[in-house]
Amino acid sequence: MDNVQKTGIGDVCPSKKDKLELSEVRERLSEARGPQYWRTLDELAQTPEFAEMLHREFPKHASEWTDKSSRRDFMKIMGASMALAGLSACTKQPLEPIVPYVKQPNNQLLGKPLFYATAMPLGVYGTGLLVESHEGRPTKIEGNPQHPSSLGGTDVFNQASVLTMYDPDRSQVNTYLGETRSWPEVLSSLRGSIEAEKAKQGVGLRVLSGATSSPSFVAQMQQLLKTYPQVKWYQWEAVNRDNVYAGAELAFGQPLETTYDFSKAKVVLSLDADFLSSGFPGFHKYTREFSRRRRPELKEEMLRFYAVESAPTNTAAKADHRLHLKASEVEAFARALASALGVAQVGGEFKEDQKKFASALVKDLQANRGTALVLAGDAQTPATHALAHAINGALGAAGKTVSYSEPVDPFAATSKVEQLRQLTAEMNSGKVDMLVVLNTNPVYDAPADIDFLSALNKVGLRIHLGLYQDETAKYCHWHLSGTHYLEQWGDTRSFDGTVSFIQPLISPLYSGHSESELIEFLTNEDEATSYALTQRYWQSQHSGADFKSWWDRSLHDGFVAGSASPAKPVTASAKTALPAITAAASGLEIIFRRDATIFDGRFANNGWLQETPKPMNQVCWDNPVLMSVATAKRLNLKSEDEVELELNGRKVKAALWLTPGHPDDAITVTLGYGREKAGRVGSGIGFSAYKLRASNALWNAGGVRVRATGEHYGLASPQGHQMMEGRAIVRAATLEEFIKTPGFAHEMVEAPPPGLTMYQPYEYKEHKWGMAIDLNSCVGCKTCTVACQAENNIAVVGKDQVKRGRHMNWLRIDNYHEGSPENPNTYFQPVPCMQCENAPCEVVCPVTATVHSSEGLNDMVYNRCVGTRYCSNNCPYKVRRFNFLLFSDFDTPQLKFQRNPEVSVRSRGVMEKCTYCIQRITHARIDAEEENRKVRDGEVMTACQQACPAEAIVFGDLNDSGSRVSKLKASQRNYGLLEELNTRPRTTYLAAVRNPNPELES
Amino acid sequence: MAQIFHRSANSIAKASILGGVILVVGLLWAALQLQRSPYFTYAGVARPQPVPFPHQHHVAGLGIDCRYCHTSVEVSGYAGVPPTKTCMNCHSQIWTAAPMLEPVRESYRSGRSLSWTRANDLPDFAYFDHSIHVNKGVGCNVCHGRVDKMNLMYNQASLQMEWCLNCHREPAKNLRPHYVKQDPKDPATMGDQIFNMAYEEPSTSHPVTIKEGDRYKTFTSQTGPEGLGTYLVKVNNVRSPRDITNCNTCHR
Repeated sequence: MDNVQKTGIGDVCPSKKDKLELSEVRERLSEARGPQYWRTLDELAQTPEFAEMLHREFPKHASEWTDKSSRRDFMKIMGASMALAGLSACTKQPLEPIVPYVKQPNNQLLGKPLFYATAMPLGVYGTGLLVESHEGRPTKIEGNPQHPSSLGGTDVFNQASVLTMYDPDRSQVNTYLGETRSWPEVLSSLRGSIEAEKAKQGVGLRVLSGATSSPSFVAQMQQLLKTYPQVKWYQWEAVNRDNVYAGAELAFGQPLETTYDFSKAKVVLSLDADFLSSGFPGFHKYTREFSRRRRPELKEEMLRFYAVESAPTNTAAKADHRLHLKASEVEAFARALASALGVAQVGGEFKEDQKKFASALVKDLQANRGTALVLAGDAQTPATHALAHAINGALGAAGKTVSYSEPVDPFAATSKVEQLRQLTAEMNSGKVDMLVVLNTNPVYDAPADIDFLSALNKVGLRIHLGLYQDETAKYCHWHLSGTHYLEQWGDTRSFDGTVSFIQPLISPLYSGHSESELIEFLTNEDEATSYALTQRYWQSQHSGADFKSWWDRSLHDGFVAGSASPAKPVTASAKTALPAITAAASGLEIIFRRDATIFDGRFANNGWLQETPKPMNQVCWDNPVLMSVATAKRLNLKSEDEVELELNGRKVKAALWLTPGHPDDAITVTLGYGREKAGRVGSGIGFSAYKLRASNALWNAGGVRVRATGEHYGLASPQGHQMMEGRAIVRAATLEEFIKTPGFAHEMVEAPPPGLTMYQPYEYKEHKWGMAIDLNSCVGCKTCTVACQAENNIAVVGKDQVKRGRHMNWLRIDNYHEGSPENPNTYFQPVPCMQCENAPCEVVCPVTATVHSSEGLNDMVYNRCVGTRYCSNNCPYKVRRFNFLLFSDFDTPQLKFQRNPEVSVRSRGVMEKCTYCIQRITHARIDAEEENRKVRDGEVMTACQQACPAEAIVFGDLNDSGSRVSKLKASQRNYGLLEELNTRPRTTYLAAVRNPNPELES
Repeated sequence: MAQIFHRSANSIAKASILGGVILVVGLLWAALQLQRSPYFTYAGVARPQPVPFPHQHHVAGLGIDCRYCHTSVEVSGYAGVPPTKTCMNCHSQIWTAAPMLEPVRESYRSGRSLSWTRANDLPDFAYFDHSIHVNKGVGCNVCHGRVDKMNLMYNQASLQMEWCLNCHREPAKNLRPHYVKQDPKDPATMGDQIFNMAYEEPSTSHPVTIKEGDRYKTFTSQTGPEGLGTYLVKVNNVRSPRDITNCNTCHR
């Protein structure tokens, strides 16, 4: 007990050891034969803490009583209560009401969910979705398979958005100076100010919104600008694409949208582009195409991927070759590459250590004209984008792997930073009497050198509309409760320009109003609903005769057929005058990136996203400062040191986290944390990187100083938990090796023959469910983890509990690194329950709470479980999760609405784990039996499978030799995790195959 | 030394040991009986309802089919409790002034739902699906009892797990055909037996004839190799007892 208080929690992982000895690590790696895989730097260094953790079922403190009173006291006090607690199962069931409809809606078949097509906007770009609704409650988000921006896949933000809608911390009322106002009161109070502005042609009225591509909203704003000719509309987005459009302007003389076609690509180079992580426009489609082109069965046709990256991303982790550069060095590399390819003489030479990589890359690109593709990242300079366009043009990629169209953002011409700067200047000069802020939070996320707050305070009347009473709402006179996309009508456009309709799934939970409703009131003093406004706009746009059937069709499909932007046949001018190269930052460089799970901070109050470990560094509930091992050694720092960052006199404090594959002399910070008014979940965690971010250096800046404060700052990362010791867990080969020995995955370990068991073998007569996970396809984006959480009512436990190893995700993604910590190959391995045929968990349960089903599932019976945790102890895969405390929220009514009614909500003291989505299997089976047929292949999709944009997970019946999963299991690459233990796992993996350039392999 | 205890103490000691055992066993037995008793299961106990709806009158008296109100019983897991509108279909015409029906009219006027008390209430961790049971040939009254004879609604069975398993272990006992021949001369009179509260299982004195393709087939027993239940298990593709007693059949 005392020990706990003295050393603090979380001293097990990562290291307590002062320094990670690089030389030792290198030595160990050089001694090893064959590829060596490791998960954490601690494991690589073989620290004593790591050894200790390996031999524990749960990390230290997970199973310890950590309250102030000792365990003995607790037993004394609770002895009697515990004796009585045994009787709790004998309580009489309370009477329950049934509340039927008064008039039942026609299309409602009670007990069966309905699916509606809608779209989720994230900034400018929308994703087409299907949303599951149980009696009017949206519970689960799925991708819309027909929609070009989804193709059936989703990303973490899509999956988690349903929780945001039910968030009990959302603003629930309209307020004026903190006092509640009804909507009619709001309107009557504002009427006077509006009329005063109207008389002045709106000379003092300004509107600030987030970026949008909604055609109807843009038309509405234009109407507003017509009614008040002097009004100005600004947009601000902290994670913006200013550089992308500026780059297109440089290359083509106009801002253009660039879309890619990976299905035709053979060699891909990413210049710091993070296209395989949630939030990148087109992520769903690109991930699907990329994964399909990476199947090793394509042999020589398999896509090869080179990545030049700064901040470590899961995109670059999928690359065959990586070059780690500081963000400021990427442009110089792009210039040198353009020169080397003879595209444009823009100066720049490859550095000595880049030459080998570059010469192989240049040859490969030149050899693949028409099938090569170069992408530049959103955070890269306009010149880098222009160069990427020029290279694509020269390599014949335009029209093949790359196409150009009108920008999806209708206001691409002026950068978002410039717009915010203009507005701030106007507010400072006293020109603005009335400011309407719509769904954006500049008080929190404006660049540090734009003092938005003091300018805001000079405005006479400030009105904020948004989902939360956030930082900006705090400084506005009026706060109007906004609507979530699942509560309103509207439209948006996807990365390719396709128009999608936003269709509500529920009336506004907290009687909020959409931004279109407010703007309509400002324009016409009219109280039209978002439905009327959206329909009115599209009626005016529709030229054909039958609007009704067109409207119904489009709503049903979720998008307007054929509305994608037509491709523009433009070519990048080779003689582009590029701006002078900005000198690479001297000293330590700071790199700013959007956060992988909470984006720019807008999802900060979403517990699912907070608890999802970030794809690369596996930290959750915080934004640590990422740094390479070598740099940390030079600065004498280690993981979980609290550090103070200082940039141009601005200071913040944060935790340090050493990250393999990070460029030296640079640190990475992610945006979105350090919120003050996010809500109960998101406030006060992490630090705000916006406090360091300047408007002229949004994505990277030189000269940051890092100083240890001497304090310890614990971080929560489940990456170090649930280790499986140094066995052949991830199996990988190069394409060359794969072609030579297709069965390489089996050479590593020998699986015992079937039937070798002491127990009565099971016979699976009907179905035999199984899953195959392709490690080559998995991009580590974590969408499956969040989808599983949404489908299976998995509880959120919080940072402190994650540190103790009590996180509840049924499906985790383990990262395995191979090679040196400077530039490791990284593999992602999703690990759900293996549903072993010879399951070690089943035989040790004293109350038979986990039993084998006739279809081969390891059923977990919650109401039998008494919480001995023997099953988890005996599980070699560590996939069982235990409710140490009452993690599920049984009280908050909003959260009850969100739950999947088909899955039990687990209480304290109960073990749980992946069920292969048994509720989905059961429903499909019942449907099939009622139609007197067998369950068809593909009819049952597990939540993880359905969500996966990369098609990495396939589920089905192994008794059906024609099923997709059977075919995958017949693949040479198929292997079982720890199959040497004779557990006969039903979940198996397809080994990863990389496609390195032989020239670079030596 | 004189004996401290009287001789009779021996008998008392023996009796109290035996008595103790009997007491403990008796208490356990009593607890088990109590937990199976209607006090806990509500079996046979009518619950308070906003309107004393008589199933007897509507089903037996008026001959209204179960599915007139419980519309989704064949297609969804949830059988459906009728919306107020269903009541008003008739009660806007008859008994329009009955004071007993005021809550129904009030609900229809105000748009606020009636709040009934659930009579057949399974625990929340058990997932039951009506449609599959009806499709496989489990008649309504097998579980719900003779609803046509119930004045106020109550649950007939205990709805405890052992009761469910009794049938899942031996489904043949309780299956019935969807259609049986009622009048030998007129095949058109074949009526759906699932919803027939008065269905009788076949016996030598009461044979049951069903249609199989173009022919008729007569059964004189429910179970056994020649029994109707055994036949229905086969033709309805009822999964094996091993399959339908998997934990995941009802728990997830």
